[in-house]
Amino acid sequence: MTVTLGKYALPVLGSYAATIVLLGVLVAVTLWRGAQVRRALAAVEARAGDE
Amino acid sequence: MSIWEYANPKRFMDTSTRVLPVLVLATFACLLVGVIWGFFFTPDDYRQGATVRIIYLHVPAAMMAINAWVMMLVTSLIWLVRRHHVSALAAKAAAPVGLTFTLVALVTGALWGQPMWGTWWAWDPRLTSFLILFLFYLGYIALWAAIEDRDAAADLTSVLCLVGSVFAVLSRYAVNFWNQGLHQGASLSLDAEENVSDVFWQPLVMCIAGFVLLFITLVLLRTRTEIRARRLAALLMRERMA
Repeated sequence: MTVTLGKYALPVLGSYAATIVLLGVLVAVTLWRGAQVRRALAAVEARAGDE
Repeated sequence: MSIWEYANPKRFMDTSTRVLPVLVLATFACLLVGVIWGFFFTPDDYRQGATVRIIYLHVPAAMMAINAWVMMLVTSLIWLVRRHHVSALAAKAAAPVGLTFTLVALVTGALWGQPMWGTWWAWDPRLTSFLILFLFYLGYIALWAAIEDRDAAADLTSVLCLVGSVFAVLSRYAVNFWNQGLHQGASLSLDAEENVSDVFWQPLVMCIAGFVLLFITLVLLRTRTEIRARRLAALLMRERMA
């Protein structure tokens, strides 16, 4: 399973690293904002339920 | 059962709750298998050498960059014609995902281009139309953020989406329109002569499936968040009015 990238190691590994970082940030922001909005909505719905 | 039932936010939330766990698992499975297969178990190309491994990221990202805009076009048209809020929110949710895929395609293309073409960038028809598509994504997201009235924002962004569709189509077919420039033809084709070799094609198809599933998963998650955010805004407004 050893891969020899030779003189192309930088562009190949750079591509994989850049993709993982960009998609990782997208997934993290999606989950973070989803959790933030869900928490805020739960708090407001609880307030509305109390009234 | 009609597809229009999903225009009901509650129906959309219920269905997406059931579907998402399966989608997440399938996304992970396809991406893991496709990337590991492509990176570790395929040979070097006789011309591109080891850089051929970049196609497992570049081609699916470029395909989804265009298809995300097409999906936004369809949902924008549904909004303009039928005024279903979920479709407008789905278009809004898809834009950052499409933007990221476009950026992945541009970055991996530049990293591949340097050793293969001797340059990071060229004003080639496909590269240029992709850059314009990227700018359209930015403009679309900025327009949503700039307009306070949500229905007006949905109307104007839908019109922008229609205009930007020209560049989405151009990004796909630029190589066929102009027989000039550096970028080669499509890596995947129904014509066996033009298609990449099977040894690269099979893991590539797996990676494409992974990117498609990732797109669907993220759009569903983000649309759910947009629906909740809209309900949150409505409840806060009601609190202020009380």
